[in-house]
Amino acid sequence: MKYITINCFLVRCICLVFVLFSHSSAKQTIVWWHAMGGSLNEKVNTIAQEFNESQNDFHIHAVYKGNYTETMTAAVAAFRARKHPHIVQIFEVGTATMMAAHRAVYPVFELMNDAGEPLKSEDFLAAVTAYYTDPDGNMFSMPFNSSTPVLYYNREALQEAGFDKPPRTWGELEKISRAGLKRNYSCGVTVGWQSWTQLENFGAVHDVPFANLSNGFEGLDSEVQLNHPAFIKHIGKLASWQKDKVFVFGGRRSDSAPKFYNGQCMFYINSSASYSSVKANVTKFNFGVSFLPHWQDLVQEPKNSIIGGASLWVLREHALSEYKGVAKFLSFLSSRRIQSRWHRETGYLPVTHEAYQFTKSQGFYEQNPGTETAILQMTRGEPSINSKGLRLGNFVQIRDVINEELESIWAGNKTADQGLKAATERANKLIKKFLRRNF
Amino acid sequence: MQSGQTVAYKNKILPYLLLAPQLIITLIFFIWPAAEALFQSVMVENTFGTASKFVWFENFSYILEDSHYINSIQITAIFAAATTLTSMSFSLLLAVMADRVIKGSTFYKTFLIWPYAVAPAIAGILWYFMFNPSIGILAYFLQNLGYEWNHQLNGSDAMVLIVLAAAWKQISYNFLFFLAGLQSIPRSLIEAAALDGASPFKRFWDIVFPLLSPTTFFLMVVNVVYAFFDTFGIVHATTAGGPASATSIMVYKVFNDGFVGLDYGSSAAQSVILLLIVGFFTIIQFRYVERKVEY
Repeated sequence: MKYITINCFLVRCICLVFVLFSHSSAKQTIVWWHAMGGSLNEKVNTIAQEFNESQNDFHIHAVYKGNYTETMTAAVAAFRARKHPHIVQIFEVGTATMMAAHRAVYPVFELMNDAGEPLKSEDFLAAVTAYYTDPDGNMFSMPFNSSTPVLYYNREALQEAGFDKPPRTWGELEKISRAGLKRNYSCGVTVGWQSWTQLENFGAVHDVPFANLSNGFEGLDSEVQLNHPAFIKHIGKLASWQKDKVFVFGGRRSDSAPKFYNGQCMFYINSSASYSSVKANVTKFNFGVSFLPHWQDLVQEPKNSIIGGASLWVLREHALSEYKGVAKFLSFLSSRRIQSRWHRETGYLPVTHEAYQFTKSQGFYEQNPGTETAILQMTRGEPSINSKGLRLGNFVQIRDVINEELESIWAGNKTADQGLKAATERANKLIKKFLRRNF
Repeated sequence: MQSGQTVAYKNKILPYLLLAPQLIITLIFFIWPAAEALFQSVMVENTFGTASKFVWFENFSYILEDSHYINSIQITAIFAAATTLTSMSFSLLLAVMADRVIKGSTFYKTFLIWPYAVAPAIAGILWYFMFNPSIGILAYFLQNLGYEWNHQLNGSDAMVLIVLAAAWKQISYNFLFFLAGLQSIPRSLIEAAALDGASPFKRFWDIVFPLLSPTTFFLMVVNVVYAFFDTFGIVHATTAGGPASATSIMVYKVFNDGFVGLDYGSSAAQSVILLLIVGFFTIIQFRYVERKVEY
């Protein structure tokens, strides 16, 4: 009796192994690690499934690996153990680290060229791809989910305060906030991702360098210049506004969102990709989406804003035949249909001109007012060296340092001048540490 | 001295075989990682590990010159002391009270032990939500009492938050040991003191507390080690070291430099320093504090 059960078990094992083998010999598996949780995870799975059904040679296996930092760390650790995925989604602040990793990263332009897949960089929105392109115009990674900060505003609050248009400048924003604070509102503006929205994008919009050497695009040995008077002025203003609630700090990431949702704050600055959450959570009033405010005395014509989000990087040390599948998948991903749908459903920016035009021609932006703001803001004017993006080593930790120093400023322990000087010094030390490691 | 007094086995290999499982576990899970950390602490490696070089003690000198690291050591000392003290005093109080309960004591004990099963990160999140300045119920009450609670900006608020979360989680463990310690104290001693007219407080202070000292001492060592090493999850889930590194305890910095900054050399050097500090404290505790313990 015992023997029979054991035999059955063995037979089943052999069958299982056989099935697995026959499966993998028919299709080569390509592993994709990503950081898209929740409803985005489902959308990623749909894309993978559609690709798998569209051809018979490759099977994309999409795996959720936690948040951006966790996904990047996991990929690094896996590469060290040679158990890494083919494709990994890395957030924009990890770009310098990935670009410096010549022996681990298979640049997308090289991959597409080797695999004979077409890749024309002029098909892509320059404002998006610039972040991931070297000075010679070669795309190192495939942009996937990009967004840019925008201003969300409470339409009713605006009317109650006696204004009919959203503020274009910080001065107007202050005026409207003060009028609103005299009424029902307890806070003017709150922001998410403060380093990204109030310093990185502030620099781009006002054409002020965040770091020298073209914000790090011309070399890894650049230096952060947060002690620039424009930054000191802006952060100093926010700090002084904090005393009378024109500005309220609500946490490092998007923790401040409830303050806007529940009608406390009249304005909220955060990613354009927050659109769907804002839409889902704002029930008591009508909201609108507008361009980031600027200081009129600092810039006449505000420049384009820069992106956040993530792109897909290909890792080396896999079989050659599998890279053909990776290239095919990246082509599939940047196709008009997939891009346009991803853009419409998630609020992330479309990556190609074709997808943007297609979405426009479908009348999507008229039906969903505010969704085009991000693209218009990203593509306005001619990008300067200060508005192409940022490429700094150890950027993840630099953002932490900036967060810490800004918190000191908000808490009143430091002046804007002291805090930003300290941030500059500490950030530059981190860049030196990065250079020491990437010899 | 004489062979008759000790049992002698002829088999020379057997003792080693019997020891082997424990030795192997220690080697694989303790010695090997520690050796790896030592090795990495004198190396500099690029992110993906495709190149590395030997740098002697450069990683250590970088850390020890960093004023933020020195600050982190101070924060850790405050945090460990506050957590140990809070957690142990509360659990002693609860244990003394639970020891006296006659009806439904199992019920009380079960529920007092319960929090120990909660993962550190979840404990952190619980307290984070209760104290969240935007939506937290405790923050709301404090606001009504006239205290503007904001652990996102106020460093002391943040420290109180992580001490509470860390201490709360450890209360169950301490409670369990204190209760067992209390129950092993002979009732006759306490009864005799009561007959002599000693008040409940005097009985506790002169008889119970000294007799409990081995337990207290043991728990102190365990709690300090817990505060140094095991509290990473709580900090990660609540304050992430902020605001302005007010809660950036050493073990969190090890994680942050290693896994966020991907600077493995510095991270390894920091864990070696952490190891030395905790080792040093444990030796101090055993050499000097243990002498005062009455067994």
